[in-house]
Amino acid sequence: MRLQPYFHSVTLDTDSCKGCTICIKRCPTEAIRVRHGKARILEIRCIDCGECIRTCPNHAKRAIADDFSLLDKYAYTVALPAPSFFGQFSGHDVTVGKILQALLALGFTSVYEVAEAAEHVSLATQRYVNNSIIRPLISSSCPAIVRLIQVRFPDLIDHLIPIQAPVDIAARFAKEMIMRKYGLRREEIGAFFITPCPAKVTAVKQPIGLESSWVDGAIPIADAYARVLRILPRLEDTPSLQQASAIGIHWGRASGEKYAIGADKTVAVDGIQAVIDVLSEIEIGKFHDIDFIECQACRGGCVGGPLTVQNPFLARVNMESLTQELPDKMSPEIVHEFEQRYSTGAYDLESDIEPRPILKLDDDFTKAIEKMELLEKTLDSLPGLDCGSCGSPSCQALAEDIVQGLATEGDCVFVLRDGVQSLAEELLDLARRVPGSISNEAETSPGGSLQESMDEPEIGEQEGSGT
Amino acid sequence: MTARGTGALMSVTYEIVAGDFVRAGEAASKLKRVLQQLGLDPTIIRRAAIATYEAEMNIVIHSYGGHISVDITCDSIEILCEDSGPGIPDIEKALQEGYSTASEDVREMGFGAGMGLPNIRRSADDFSIESRIGQGTRLQVRILHRAGE
Ligand SMILES: Nc1ncnc2c1ncn2[C@@H]1O[C@H](COP(=O)(O)OP(=O)(O)OP(=O)(O)O)[C@@H](O)[C@H]1O
Ligand code: SF4
Ligand SMILES: [Mg+2]
Repeated sequence: MRLQPYFHSVTLDTDSCKGCTICIKRCPTEAIRVRHGKARILEIRCIDCGECIRTCPNHAKRAIADDFSLLDKYAYTVALPAPSFFGQFSGHDVTVGKILQALLALGFTSVYEVAEAAEHVSLATQRYVNNSIIRPLISSSCPAIVRLIQVRFPDLIDHLIPIQAPVDIAARFAKEMIMRKYGLRREEIGAFFITPCPAKVTAVKQPIGLESSWVDGAIPIADAYARVLRILPRLEDTPSLQQASAIGIHWGRASGEKYAIGADKTVAVDGIQAVIDVLSEIEIGKFHDIDFIECQACRGGCVGGPLTVQNPFLARVNMESLTQELPDKMSPEIVHEFEQRYSTGAYDLESDIEPRPILKLDDDFTKAIEKMELLEKTLDSLPGLDCGSCGSPSCQALAEDIVQGLATEGDCVFVLRDGVQSLAEELLDLARRVPGSISNEAETSPGGSLQESMDEPEIGEQEGSGT
Repeated sequence: MTARGTGALMSVTYEIVAGDFVRAGEAASKLKRVLQQLGLDPTIIRRAAIATYEAEMNIVIHSYGGHISVDITCDSIEILCEDSGPGIPDIEKALQEGYSTASEDVREMGFGAGMGLPNIRRSADDFSIESRIGQGTRLQVRILHRAGE
């Protein structure tokens, strides 16, 4: 996979796109435009949340991820199953140990549960919440939310907890252990995240707050699921493989993280629109007496990720029955290891999360003001219907696109219709001025009646202009 | 505070309807978008959004309606909030943290902590408030920015 300046897992399959404009309104960062009958994703705006993958009726939005063939490149491989992976499986004889055993049977040399790392992150987060005076603190474990904050809520970056995501911790801890045990070099070990979402794929290829990721590939849960399902019935339970308690596994669904942190006043928000609403309220000073907010882009949490298989509600039930057999407390070993590592700063992000404001009209303030004026004027000339037929998500967005030279007023079907109408009137006017020698005006009715007949079909016309 | 209008590079006005809790907060969020489009510093935007939101809520809750006009100059955001309404009898008191005359109903909606005016003052570089009993209230907030440098 070649890295572009902005790598995005979410991509468009132009051949399948019918230019229907359904996706443009659902995109939380207004990152999609339809131009010349095809959608286009604006790279600097896209946060890889995968909303468009869910909405596109033609399956033209896809997630680029890695596949199992990548395993061949490494002498030693380790599978890092996301907590949400376990929620994909149902059946009374399914256990976490069996699922982990299945990953080994698929060719991974070892497994390390991201749920185990999630327990470390929970402990580190507890410490951070206790030591910080900033309220509310916002989890940074969902990369789609971190990116959302960078582009739409840059003033809330201070509220993000600067702790690494569980998968990054998992990859590093697993590799360090393997390096020590087998004397291997970092490059000889391939760490593969079994991912619920494109946001995590992007986070692996292009990490935020880390110099480089220890994860070497991200394989969709859907791909691993199909393979595991085939062999699962033949496998023996292997309880020794499983390290995480119910606490870590529950990170895979909404409220699991909040529960693991267990601070005084905590809130869990799932679904990107709900998260946007809450972040907007935080911006105007609300939620200031809340300690910790779990924010997940997907409804139901990671089990609702675009690359999962199971219905998120069923997945939640599955997780509940799977974890019944598990301890409901973190193991003393994990707590002990945490204490040792915490003092070395092992969980901290390595660099700041930078704002990436996308709304700015111009880097130069004076020019931005000029564009703003033009924007207001342009917006006044648009009908305010937010119909999306122009290919921009709203009249406001079209006006912004026009000001930035990315669209013209004629892209608005209503402006276009008015234009056509006045053009027709002009034509008529011209026709009337045809030299008397070739005109037989005296016998035909004056232009007025034609004018009327042009006005009449307006309703039908409007219906026809829907796309 | 200097006379308004001098040096305003752009101005926006939002009408605020008393008692309209559904639309309440719209002025603050619209202003936020404008300031983001102008590329102002996120912390400056946040302060302007908090001040505007609290002033907006006060007009919705405590007055008979009014408007918020915002002038953006090369180095400041000037927020003027005017309403007609009962006015504030004791401004000193109203500015104290925790002082509120909000009704029980309003408190049940989560307002009435008596933190609005103190938060506006904290967000402002310059702050002034005048009120006439039985006529209305006029609040001026200036927030300095450095985008024009
Ligand atoms: N525009 C206004 N018109 C009339 N009275 C006002 C106005 N703004 C504030 N007040 C008075 O000042 C008091 C304090 O205002 P402040 O905004 O600090 O608190 P609050 O609105 O009561 O509660 P909170 O803002 O925390 O929800 C109000 O309770 C009200 O009596
Ligand atoms: S909620 Fe989970 S699955 Fe969804 S985008 Fe965030 S990390 Fe990925
Ligand atoms: Mg108030």
